[in-house]
Amino acid sequence: MRFEMGTSPLLEIKDLHVHFDVYGGTLRVLDGVNFTVHSGQKVGLVGETGCGKTTTMKSILRILPMPPARIPRGEIYFKGQDVLKMGEGELRQVRSEGISMIFQDPTAALNPVFTIGQQLGAVVKYSMEGKKLSKKEIRERAIIPLKEVALPDPERMLDSYPIQLSGGMRQRVCIAMALVASRELLIADEPGTSLDVTIEDQILRLLHRLVEEKNVSVILITHTLGVVRETTDRVYVMYAGNMVEMAATEELFAQPLHPYTRGLMDAVPRLTGGGIADGIPGRIPDYLNPPPGCRFHPRCPRAMEICRQEKPSFYGKRSGVSDNHEVACFLYRDSE
Amino acid sequence: MTTDILTVADLKKYFVIGHSGILKREPITVKAVDGISFGVREGETFGLVGESGSGKSTVAYTTIGMYRPTEGSISFRGRSLFDGNKERPLAIKKEIQIVFQDPGSSLNPRRSIKQILELPLQVHRQDENRLEQVVRLLEMVELPPDYMQKYPQMLGGGEKQMVAIARALATDPSFIILDEPTSALDVSIQAKIINLLIRLQNEFHLSYLFITHDLSLMRNVASRVAIMYLGKICEVAEAAEFFRNPYHPYTRMLLSSIPVISEEEEKLKPKKIISTGEIPSPVNVPTGCSFHLRCPAKLNVCSEVDPVMVEIEGQTGLARHTVRCHLYGQAG
Repeated sequence: MRFEMGTSPLLEIKDLHVHFDVYGGTLRVLDGVNFTVHSGQKVGLVGETGCGKTTTMKSILRILPMPPARIPRGEIYFKGQDVLKMGEGELRQVRSEGISMIFQDPTAALNPVFTIGQQLGAVVKYSMEGKKLSKKEIRERAIIPLKEVALPDPERMLDSYPIQLSGGMRQRVCIAMALVASRELLIADEPGTSLDVTIEDQILRLLHRLVEEKNVSVILITHTLGVVRETTDRVYVMYAGNMVEMAATEELFAQPLHPYTRGLMDAVPRLTGGGIADGIPGRIPDYLNPPPGCRFHPRCPRAMEICRQEKPSFYGKRSGVSDNHEVACFLYRDSE
Repeated sequence: MTTDILTVADLKKYFVIGHSGILKREPITVKAVDGISFGVREGETFGLVGESGSGKSTVAYTTIGMYRPTEGSISFRGRSLFDGNKERPLAIKKEIQIVFQDPGSSLNPRRSIKQILELPLQVHRQDENRLEQVVRLLEMVELPPDYMQKYPQMLGGGEKQMVAIARALATDPSFIILDEPTSALDVSIQAKIINLLIRLQNEFHLSYLFITHDLSLMRNVASRVAIMYLGKICEVAEAAEFFRNPYHPYTRMLLSSIPVISEEEEKLKPKKIISTGEIPSPVNVPTGCSFHLRCPAKLNVCSEVDPVMVEIEGQTGLARHTVRCHLYGQAG
């Protein structure tokens, strides 16, 4: 999808830093994250455990526990307004009408002691700020999203407790909750990871259908590259609190540039067989003392002297506002 | 023809989870494993694939001896693993080892790596120099000797799993059960563990029973694959053949649900079969073929009669391809 120059993005994160103050020092988790979502786009965010994907998303909704978290620098614009500078009222507006989030583990996201109807009803009430609804009206409105996510017998579902549902059904309920009010941006944090592959497939197809129908923009967070390839049109690759590469999905899979992205792709077992490459040596750095320069250099097979000293900025080809293939790596310094 | 190192014949494992009826005397049973048979050949990696609740871990735990089978038998090199009520002899325990899914909970957090690795040595190899052995085990899994002094929480997930592998190797086994050894790990770490396992297999001539839900991984490590659904095996074939010619509708559904990262892989996937429904509870197994509720190719007979395993014609001997589905009822 192409976008006109000058269209302001739906969401724009600029140079976001998030630190956590813990016993023994400061964890410098996000180290200057830039991230953009245009209206109607489906953006994937890939990276391994602990790279800061969820932290980035939680800062958008300002649901990071503060303290220990702290945002020393950075801006997060949602429809041109900085979320980080909003008051409680505006923030509530964003949360109830603008952005919603689906979490990885639907079991933990639902309260075990309330029925689905009670929990969904609370969301309905919250989204109807100002208007008084009777219990019956709330119930009627709560049933609509349950039908949309194709849950069998939605009437009965409203009176069930989360424990009476399977994992896949619970995740459908979470999606239903996220879609109660008409939202503009949906953040899906590994929505299928805790589920079986056939169920994950169902959930992803459901998300895809709803997103098309309701014209919602999506950020899909995952560590499964295959899922990104099949469901998004733009991808960001994240490593140790930095974005390292961003490109149109097709382009990224056809021609990954960053050594980390390449290592990641090589490590994925293929259906075509032929064994697996050896992966990436070492492990994600300690955020108390992250390596200087490029945070990937201790694990990088092509590290140079400069990588140990300076943090790379983004290089690459720019073909349009949102078609850029950019990579934060000194290897591509000269390709500007 | 190569011989089987492990033979599973008509294995059943039922669990009683409660009682029903007025007098609470009628047991409610879960048929976790319901009559499965397969053989693992000397030196091969036999893949057991299934979704959660399919009973694949129960097969593992029964083989290792954590459960006794309800019916059927498991034999190791022709010798039954369950001889009356007698405890399994040490000599057989030594030969069969297991690596669990979550190394975070399978290693005792209050013991150092040295203590963890010493325990199987104490039990099985009393005469040797223990310290030397621990160093050698760490070397085998490519960890430096000073890791001995560390505790599990000081290690990353991948390193913990390597320790768990070293512990399994401590008894010098010939057969290792790998119960989803990499599903809790990131893909770059998974690659390292898998390659380590393959190298160890070649070096020590190990046979693996590899349990996973990841078919792409299976394609790269297993020589033969069995697909389990609700306590039964629905298809067994050689790995390459399996991905070329899947027969069972469930296998096709699984294969078409795999997210892949390249066009070549996309071509290998069967025509998209929309996955519907969920795996039913093993307490209330549907009548007939247990898959019929989700099956896109369901026949009338499927809801009444449970199909039997038949052989696909033209595939005999080592490359035997068997499937349990009414669609291929005439093939055998």
